[in-house]
Amino acid sequence: MDKKLGVYICACGGNISDYVDIEKVKEAIKDEDCVLLARTTMFACGDSNQKDMEADIKENNLSGIVVASCSPKLHLTTFRSVSERAGLNKYNYVHANIREQASWAHSDNKQGATEKAIHLVKAAIAKARFAKSLEPTRIKSQKSVAVIGAGVAGIKASIALSNMGDTVYLIEREGEIGGKLASLGKIFPGNVKGGDMVERLNAEVKNDEKITLLTNTKIKECSGNIGDFKIKLQETKSGESSPDSEKEINVGSILVATGFESYNPNVGEYGYKEIDNVITLPEFRELLKNGKEGKNLIFKNRKVSDIAFIYCVGSRQVKGENKYCSRYCCSAAMQSSLDIKEQFSDIQVYHFTKGVRTYGAQELKYAEASRSGDIFIQFPDKEEPVVYSEKGQTLVKVKDILSSKKEVEAAVDLVVLVTGMVPDSDKSVGSLLKLPRGRDNFFNEIHMKLRPVETVIDGITIAGTCQGPKGVMESVNSALSAAVKTHSFVSKGELELSPIVAYTDANTCEWCGACSEACPYNAISKNDIGGKTVAVINKTTCKGCGMCLPVCESDSIELTSFTNKEIESMIEILAN
Amino acid sequence: MVSQAKILVFSTEKISDPAIDMAGLLKLHYPPQVYTIAIPCSSGVKPRWILKALENGFDGVFIAADGSDCSYGETCTEKTGAIVGKTHNIMKERGIDPARLKMAALCSVCSESFVKQIRSFNEYLLKSKNS
Repeated sequence: MDKKLGVYICACGGNISDYVDIEKVKEAIKDEDCVLLARTTMFACGDSNQKDMEADIKENNLSGIVVASCSPKLHLTTFRSVSERAGLNKYNYVHANIREQASWAHSDNKQGATEKAIHLVKAAIAKARFAKSLEPTRIKSQKSVAVIGAGVAGIKASIALSNMGDTVYLIEREGEIGGKLASLGKIFPGNVKGGDMVERLNAEVKNDEKITLLTNTKIKECSGNIGDFKIKLQETKSGESSPDSEKEINVGSILVATGFESYNPNVGEYGYKEIDNVITLPEFRELLKNGKEGKNLIFKNRKVSDIAFIYCVGSRQVKGENKYCSRYCCSAAMQSSLDIKEQFSDIQVYHFTKGVRTYGAQELKYAEASRSGDIFIQFPDKEEPVVYSEKGQTLVKVKDILSSKKEVEAAVDLVVLVTGMVPDSDKSVGSLLKLPRGRDNFFNEIHMKLRPVETVIDGITIAGTCQGPKGVMESVNSALSAAVKTHSFVSKGELELSPIVAYTDANTCEWCGACSEACPYNAISKNDIGGKTVAVINKTTCKGCGMCLPVCESDSIELTSFTNKEIESMIEILAN
Repeated sequence: MVSQAKILVFSTEKISDPAIDMAGLLKLHYPPQVYTIAIPCSSGVKPRWILKALENGFDGVFIAADGSDCSYGETCTEKTGAIVGKTHNIMKERGIDPARLKMAALCSVCSESFVKQIRSFNEYLLKSKNS
């Protein structure tokens, strides 16, 4: 081994050294093969220690470093930067976590914690001996973005991207922009009307030179990768299309904001389409706009005096497919009830709920509706209300959870089904872009908490309700977050892809296809090399997950930084 | 009489390793002879690594899988399960108790679950070692 390693053991101001004898650790590892120097330090991440490490690397011409400190999640970037500043390839730095996984985890056993720390540092040294200098794959990135869907999320994301200097193609399949926002009444908080908001956003988009608005346009084809997507568009004015109406754009990233659809109840579901005064919440919003006669609300030529809202229709289903909560509908129903009170006198509203979920500040709307005299009845999850017609009257019968399931019945003039959000029924965008969907059938982010707007397809982000039910404010928040992430893909004009990818040994590979089948990214293909059929891995599409490794019967695939030599040398050290 | 079993944990960089870190942060103690090697995804563990550990002195191997939280796709659990199944067969062939390899899905905040699982695995391994 010709590696020259420097090892740094951190005290973390006592967080480590109170439980791990770091001097003992140093003594135990200082004579390990390839270790040129070993030091303890009060704070490895401190500026002065970083400078000392840089000096050590340069003066001793170190070819690798091991830092034993806190979790790598906290300071991996710090020590990679130290390496780079000292002229050492950052992949020659290996980390040992002796705080979260030694001193803190075993603060009840100092000897055990110290022994463990020694093993962990020795294992990191073993790995560092095999570490190789790696260079990221660099690819050019177009400085333009396609935003698919011009609802509130798509529009806000486009404006944000344009403000950051990106060229934006805002693609909308309908003739007008605004999506469902235009049909909404007052939006909480601020009580701005959806229509007014769309008008303002429309003007902003049309006056923005960096945004090209393409309405009546559908995505026909999409090819390429992050940094260089080629999208074929088709104009579909008046439902027709011709080859002349085709256009191709080249973008570095795609932001998908294709929105949602309202749940459409089945015939007979709570009497829908069977009893003529059962309507959905979106239909009721239309009625509020058009059904006013003097101080009365008129539905099918009859004055409405009593209204029943039935909640969770098409969401939180016990028997149906939509198990999820649609989040926005409780607040939307509450707002509708308050709108009724504002416009009409003498209307009694009954809310039949599974438990109201007007989270956050929307609780204020719930409180206001309660104060205004609305009656709230909670029914058990599995015993939903029954809507039926008798002697010309429409009745809602329900078991009230608060009175030990006592049966309650209300005769009403109108039943409003508070319908939830469901995924857009047009699946074409998702299929073309190969976007994964969750169990709820909305598009899936990589990780709800850690990478909330990215998809597994590099360069494609998701925003708004195409990802799951959201209110307007939440949609805008997610749109701005997705815009920033998208901008990071195109802003530099160049992208660096991680060099930690899988690779095959053509000498031992006997193409069987198992690796290709296991790869979720289609990164492995069959190729002829020197007359032999072998698996070849595309390093720009490989994500370095390693799913192909264990399925290879001839063990011809390795993952950079996690090779057999590296892992097995660590195992040998830890086992002793 | 051995009081602690030696366990190798294969954790995942983005999901289960943060849970193990958090166990430390919360001072949820577990035996110190539990060592972790973090890899990108639990469905990338090679059976030969597991066997190497078991044949070189580890009493047990615990795969802290990503489960449905895996950022590389929903097939992770199924694929990790297949690795465990395949390795169990090899272990049987080599006369190694298959129960010395255990897998459980751990989310990024499943610290308590990790500690509970590892303690009970430790107990099992100790019992079989000392019997």
